[in-house]
Amino acid sequence: MLLSLISTIDTEGLATDFYGLLQSFYHAPMYHIVLEILLFFSVMWLLFFRKPHPIEKKLTEKEKQELIDEWQPEPLVPAVDPNHPALNVRVLDGPVGKHITIDNEESLNFATLNFLNFVGNERIQNKSIQAVQKYGVGSCGPRGFYGTIDIHLELEERLARFLGCEEGIIYSYGFSTIASIIPAYSKRNDVIFVDEGVHYAIQKGIEASRSHIKWFKHNDLNDLERLLIEQENLDKKNMKKARATRRFLIVEGLYMNYGDLCPLPRMVELKYKYKYRIFIDESVSFGTIGQTGRGITEYYNIDRHQIDLISSTLEYAVGSIGGFAVGSSFVIDHQRLSAQGYCFSASLPPLLAAAAIEALNIMEENSDLFETLMYKSKQLHNKLIAIKGYVIQGDYLSPLKHLRLPDEFNTIGRLESIVHFAQTKHITITVARYLQDEHVLPQPSVRLILNVDMSEEEMDFLCAVLQEALVVTM
Amino acid sequence: SNDKIKKRQNGYNYIQEKQKQHLPSYDEIYEETPLTEAFWTYLNYVILNLFGWFRDLLRKFRIETRKGSAEDNPPGFVSLYQSYESFYTRNVYGRIADCFNRPIASVPGGEVTLLDRVTDDYNWSFRYTKDTIRAINLGSYNYLGFADNNGKCSQNVLEIIPKLGVSTASSTQEFGTLSLHRKLESLLARFLGTEEAIAFGMGFATNALNIPSIVGKGCLILSDELNHTSLVLGARLSGATIKIFKHNDMASLERKLRESIVNGQPRHHRPWRKILIIVEGVYSMEGSLCKLPDLIRLKKKYKAYLYLDEAHSIGAMGARGRGVIDYWNCDPNDVDVLMGTFTKSFAAAGGYIAGKKELVDHIRVTSHAAVYATSMSPPVVEQIISVLNFLLDENENSEGRKRIAQLAWNTRYFRERLSKMGFIVYGHPHSPVVPALLYSPSKIAAFNREMLKRGVAVVTVGFPATPLVLGRVRFCLSAAHTKEMLDKVLNIAEEVGDLLNMRLSKLNPKRSFQEIQNEDNDELKSNI
Repeated sequence: MLLSLISTIDTEGLATDFYGLLQSFYHAPMYHIVLEILLFFSVMWLLFFRKPHPIEKKLTEKEKQELIDEWQPEPLVPAVDPNHPALNVRVLDGPVGKHITIDNEESLNFATLNFLNFVGNERIQNKSIQAVQKYGVGSCGPRGFYGTIDIHLELEERLARFLGCEEGIIYSYGFSTIASIIPAYSKRNDVIFVDEGVHYAIQKGIEASRSHIKWFKHNDLNDLERLLIEQENLDKKNMKKARATRRFLIVEGLYMNYGDLCPLPRMVELKYKYKYRIFIDESVSFGTIGQTGRGITEYYNIDRHQIDLISSTLEYAVGSIGGFAVGSSFVIDHQRLSAQGYCFSASLPPLLAAAAIEALNIMEENSDLFETLMYKSKQLHNKLIAIKGYVIQGDYLSPLKHLRLPDEFNTIGRLESIVHFAQTKHITITVARYLQDEHVLPQPSVRLILNVDMSEEEMDFLCAVLQEALVVTM
Repeated sequence: SNDKIKKRQNGYNYIQEKQKQHLPSYDEIYEETPLTEAFWTYLNYVILNLFGWFRDLLRKFRIETRKGSAEDNPPGFVSLYQSYESFYTRNVYGRIADCFNRPIASVPGGEVTLLDRVTDDYNWSFRYTKDTIRAINLGSYNYLGFADNNGKCSQNVLEIIPKLGVSTASSTQEFGTLSLHRKLESLLARFLGTEEAIAFGMGFATNALNIPSIVGKGCLILSDELNHTSLVLGARLSGATIKIFKHNDMASLERKLRESIVNGQPRHHRPWRKILIIVEGVYSMEGSLCKLPDLIRLKKKYKAYLYLDEAHSIGAMGARGRGVIDYWNCDPNDVDVLMGTFTKSFAAAGGYIAGKKELVDHIRVTSHAAVYATSMSPPVVEQIISVLNFLLDENENSEGRKRIAQLAWNTRYFRERLSKMGFIVYGHPHSPVVPALLYSPSKIAAFNREMLKRGVAVVTVGFPATPLVLGRVRFCLSAAHTKEMLDKVLNIAEEVGDLLNMRLSKLNPKRSFQEIQNEDNDELKSNI
């Protein structure tokens, strides 16, 4: 066809100019033009517009049924080693106070977190008995629906007054106190700076909050400053986002896993420089540190209005069950509607609230308890350092210390044998237990707790037994 | 036209005779929302929102003083909570805040003493007058009436406190396990009919921290729409993929099961490691029961695992008080993980997980509570043991049986009367949680206050615990309520219901309580 077209052109005046082209176009038959146009469009479509057909994976019903029949799930739980210590715990009879009875033998208790020896205290027990006679045992409801008992309100007020803050709020379980508080304030786009050595409840709270987490090395202020400066640089790049991002610093007063105090004064200074809020978890330091037991803010003489929130449990020094948080009304009130462990959980049984109130009474009346505790902690620290062969971790005035063997000797097996030996000599101590999914699993250690009613002779006896244990197990 | 009105009628269509009360029934009726009510409720919210914005504007320009605690924010700090989040709190919840968080000053039994409180500044703060109000308690979760300060349970608790103290100050793996705890666990396993059980100090934490130790990444969780926050939090923390199926809708569940097994994990399509179905025994906002026989059949067909949260149903359902499993006459070994709490029927505090020995051993080893949380308080454990002893007593005339029968009778009586009187009542006919619909937020507040004025303490809930339009009052019945108390409540409810125009049921057109009472008396007389 093209040939016939060419043959119709005057070969002499072959179209080398535009006019000639137009002419040939004008002379061509219609069907030819149409065909050319169609060809042109088909080429264009093939090149640019044809989508490759997706490979469809439509399964037939029979294939689906086969897949369903074939599928085998894992067993519900993996097999567990029957020798795991959790399955072979010691079962006790009798109150777990300064002395414990195991297998009908009494021993001195340096293992439970009974700092002020309130377990078994008669005054506290009498008050609990009175509370049971008035309120029964359970509170039968969450705080929002007739579970608020006047004794809860009294306890919250007393705690706030004790720490000189505006308002307090109580929870019914120590573990979920800080684990519910953190997600109530810190949401998906916020930033949390947290010490690596915080305990498991705080780690769970941080996980539940879904914020950006920045871990800094334990008690290392330089590392914290580095992270803060990094965050500041990020902020400069995106000012709009920075104005909507909250920042929090979460530390513990006295670290449970390490026994040392946190360097709070410098952190408060940095707070005003880098604009973050401080939440302190004083589970171990409430009722143990400070002239009158008011915690680490009293020890460092820091104004509590500069700290946004102080939380703690009532389960260690106070000898009851539950947890609490104190701070300004603005901060604490928010939790009453958005802390999950508070709104969706039953409130604390009144007898435990009564026990906590009485414990607070005792703490306010005998403020020399705390000086005694600090003095004895220092004494114990000196005695422990005098034993050659152990590595002591913990501040000298902390009543909670970690004992380890030097370097490569430090295994759980050896520590367990030391504990076992001590038990035969009527001293109860314990190896600190952790779950495997801690952020930073601490080295195995024996956690020693000092009870304020321990005498010097008893502390000497402890050290003598520890010394002997070294000889026997090494 | 009755079929048009019944929006959701689940399951089979057989009619239960009044006498065969122990036979489990599939009959749950959810009457459709009347159109007028829906309209007024939406209008109500629109007006609340408009006023809210207006008031916020006034507050912003300081024409109105900002009540409540203001943040003395140092300059440069990002504000602690967003103003939008608290818009609802300030302008809707704040108006009815006096209906919640009411403090009590006595045992939360069948009757309760409330502290009288007044507000001088429209619910921003409260002041306690020295008075107290005595009211019939339909708000506390006291299903079997064991919340008591001078029964046998309290006697046992009073004896235990001097012996074992109030706390152990130590975690379970260290020195916190007393022989009392072991006794509780073995009694509990016997009660539930499982191999073993383990108890924790808080029900919320039991769910939130133990679901992650059962499932993890690569697993699938199929969770009911209306599951409790603790289950949702536990599922989220576990890292597994979560799919939600419509409330109590077994067809939707089966469809999702089939789809999930066929398609495998998202993106790379590897098969799922395991599938866990999480349901509750009794749903506390709807009053509905889970359909356990269907669930067990589905679970066996597709090889999934079943997690049953019996927080509200343990002790309260079933001829022997052993929960929904007892009610439906199923085998406890068919349910893989039984979970429950001690706060409701046992009048104590705490939670438990029960099942096969391997499961409980695994939880003992990997649970947070074993390693970090203080073990349960001895007096609380003693209370639970006393209640369990009552419930385990198989004698027909025992205290436990009497209370279970009383609760069952109360439930049937109250629900029947309430629906005959024209209230729109949701839920299963045998569940002790009775929600009656109020729809609009202003009625929620009004009902609560009017009932309290007349001496009845109730719980009313609205958004966000319920869907936006479906505000409701939730009566929690108890074995401690006598027939006279229930009659009194029904009379008062009739009065208030008329005041608020609540008796709008088309299925059961409204009738007066006296009329129904007379009818029943006539029937009784004619049967004699």
